[in-house]
Amino acid sequence: MASVCFYFQVHQPVRLRHYTVFDKNDQYFDDYKNASICRKVANKCYLPANRLLLDIIRRFDGRFRVAYSITGVLLEQLLSFSPEVMSTFDALAETGCVEFLAETYYHSLSFLYSRDEFVEQVNKHIETIDYLFGQKPRVFRNTELIYNNDLAALIESMGNFDAIMTEGADHILGLRNPNFVYRPKGCSKLKLLLKNYSLSDDIAFRFSNRDWSEWPLTADKFARWINDVNGNGNVVNLFLDYETFGEHQWKDTGIFDFMRHLPEKILKHPDNDFKTPGEIAQSYEPVDTVDVPHLISWADTERDLSAWLGNAMQSNAIHELYRLEKKIKKTGDERIIADWRKLQASDHFYYMCTKYFADGDVHKYFNPYDSPYDSYINFMNVLDNLHSRCSRQRVAYSV
Amino acid sequence: MLGWEFPPFISGGLGTACYGLTKAMGQLGIKVTFVLPKMVDSKYATHVNLLSSDSQMSVGTLKFGELKNVAFRTINSPLQPYSTPGVYQRRIEEKLRQKQDGIVGTDGAVFGGIDYGSNMYAEVQRYAAVAAQLAGDGQFDIVHAHDWMTYPAGIAVSAMSGKPLIVHVHSTEFDRSGENINQMIYDIEREGLHTADKVIAVSYFTRNTIIGRYGISGEKVEVVHNGVERNGNWSLAETGIDKDEKIVLFLGRITMQKGPEYFLHAAKKVLEVMDNVKFVMVGAGDLMHRAVEMAAELGIGHKVLFTGFLRGEDVRKIYKMADLYVMPSVSEPFGIAPLEALENDVPVIISKQSGVSEVLKHALKVDFWDVNEIANKVVAVLKHPPLEVMLRNYGGFEVRRLRWKDSARKCAKIYEEALVAV
Repeated sequence: MASVCFYFQVHQPVRLRHYTVFDKNDQYFDDYKNASICRKVANKCYLPANRLLLDIIRRFDGRFRVAYSITGVLLEQLLSFSPEVMSTFDALAETGCVEFLAETYYHSLSFLYSRDEFVEQVNKHIETIDYLFGQKPRVFRNTELIYNNDLAALIESMGNFDAIMTEGADHILGLRNPNFVYRPKGCSKLKLLLKNYSLSDDIAFRFSNRDWSEWPLTADKFARWINDVNGNGNVVNLFLDYETFGEHQWKDTGIFDFMRHLPEKILKHPDNDFKTPGEIAQSYEPVDTVDVPHLISWADTERDLSAWLGNAMQSNAIHELYRLEKKIKKTGDERIIADWRKLQASDHFYYMCTKYFADGDVHKYFNPYDSPYDSYINFMNVLDNLHSRCSRQRVAYSV
Repeated sequence: MLGWEFPPFISGGLGTACYGLTKAMGQLGIKVTFVLPKMVDSKYATHVNLLSSDSQMSVGTLKFGELKNVAFRTINSPLQPYSTPGVYQRRIEEKLRQKQDGIVGTDGAVFGGIDYGSNMYAEVQRYAAVAAQLAGDGQFDIVHAHDWMTYPAGIAVSAMSGKPLIVHVHSTEFDRSGENINQMIYDIEREGLHTADKVIAVSYFTRNTIIGRYGISGEKVEVVHNGVERNGNWSLAETGIDKDEKIVLFLGRITMQKGPEYFLHAAKKVLEVMDNVKFVMVGAGDLMHRAVEMAAELGIGHKVLFTGFLRGEDVRKIYKMADLYVMPSVSEPFGIAPLEALENDVPVIISKQSGVSEVLKHALKVDFWDVNEIANKVVAVLKHPPLEVMLRNYGGFEVRRLRWKDSARKCAKIYEEALVAV
């Protein structure tokens, strides 16, 4: 039996405007740019992909199922800039074949720096999903699939989760494969779902690569690879950025047609089916315990945190940010707190990454700045202003 | 190879570039005869001065022994790089006055003494005529001319000898004068570029100018970025300066091309938000007085220091003191100074309108006119140590990979192509 589990990550950061040390106002975000990117991605990806999946779900009468994790910051932007996308997500939610997952509302790295802040953001996300889609998420995925034993223990202790997911990194699995349900070390109930990065990346990264020996990737071929898992696994976890459809892989690569035909090819094999992460957790028992003492993620070949925290600027910026936590919260000012939280999005730190800067690759594609240095300078200027707002606030109180 | 300046008699990056390039070519086993217009005493004027490399040694302070396979020949001529005819005229008048006053001696500030010539263009032509005589010995395969003053000479030598001409463009009239170009210089440049078998540009920035402004076909123009000379391990003997103030450095000729006014306006902005900063302007040039006045007008005179032209050990000392180097050039074909700054562990902010921004990733880049952004970045570097450290370390690492040897190899390849084509 091979259950195919599709989960799509849906996120857009709230990008900062160009903010110099001479700027004094508290308008940090580039509304125009955020709105235009949001609409562009909606037209190229969210709308056509949502319609396609809605269509497939209806065609297969409940046999095709998928999951989404949509960040709170994107939901806010969609509500203001692209409400038609929200109505297609509503329609997907109503089919009963779509599961929504929980994560940090602000797509933050808060787990690493403040557990209190982390729990608050997860709860805020759960409430938002419940309010918008009428579902209380039962499965958790952390920002960038960042994970370790501690995170699993914390999520189990929160009480409302059946499962957690992360990267099926080779070095945590050893000779085992990601196509089973596991148990995080130190947990007694929580289950662990691991991304099959090889098959996921075949779609997400290699699909349009003409130098790849398997190009062109057809639905038939991919279904064959899924069938091969039979006998050596229960599940195939395909965790993808939703922007794979139409944005990372453009429409003319045939990515939508591939997806349109894939369910039919997979379901041809009588032992295959589709399940959401929650259903996987219900259906299968853990076969083994996986021990992850160190932090892992789904990024780059290193599968570590170096994309966000690998250099001195990144770690300086994030430490300064979380150092303000108490001061920020003490103000009790909703706007200050919201601004501070939007600055926590992992994207801001990703822009400061110098790892592949010289070669200019995938990091560059998603980067609104000319250089990592520019993004650091901008971020620190904003943070400085935010800090000064806290002090002003305090003065106001004491008067 | 036809050049017009060479260490230690330099006033800008051209001499440094010729030094680095010829040294690296020598190491590759390419034999170079370097022909220089050199000023000598009046009794030698209008004579071709054929100095061997041995006697040349006594002239300079620089160890020419490092230059394997490079021989020098100098021609009496008061040619000066970066001159405009006006400046040239003034300088000659000054010399004449000095002579009348009975002041004799060498002018150490920029170049050797000047005592001949009244017309710059005549000098260029005279240099060409004399250089052409050199073609007679024919002991070379390629004629390589550096910048416009040597183009007529290059054309003449090439025509006399039948050897291919390569012109190397370190800067164009548009870089030096903006839109107010000198027609005569432009014509000389244009003729040189059109006659040349191959053109070497120091950056894509310059290549675009050559193609767009001089109408040269793109396939003829190759880009060879400059390298940087390793300075070796000079001792960290401290300069004895106790620094509680940050130092921001401008180093270059104080001329329109280098954008000194943008530096000063940015300084003014920086001082609005920070106090413990000093701005040091190293260099001389026709806008020097204007710059001093401007600093005073902006009310930051006490925060801006002018050192005049520095060289050698003094430049190193100033780098040692500096926290940041800013190059706000309006139009900079390459710009070797930022590489030297990084070499000396000083992070850099460079203008996007420069060739060097094509080779440096780990530098902050700004539009020269955007003083707000220059100031923003200056403040950021001075305020955030992680930024300063990363720019310094990664930038230093990057600079180490830019070697003159690679530039020399590219030139050698272009030579081969030019020879095959003939």
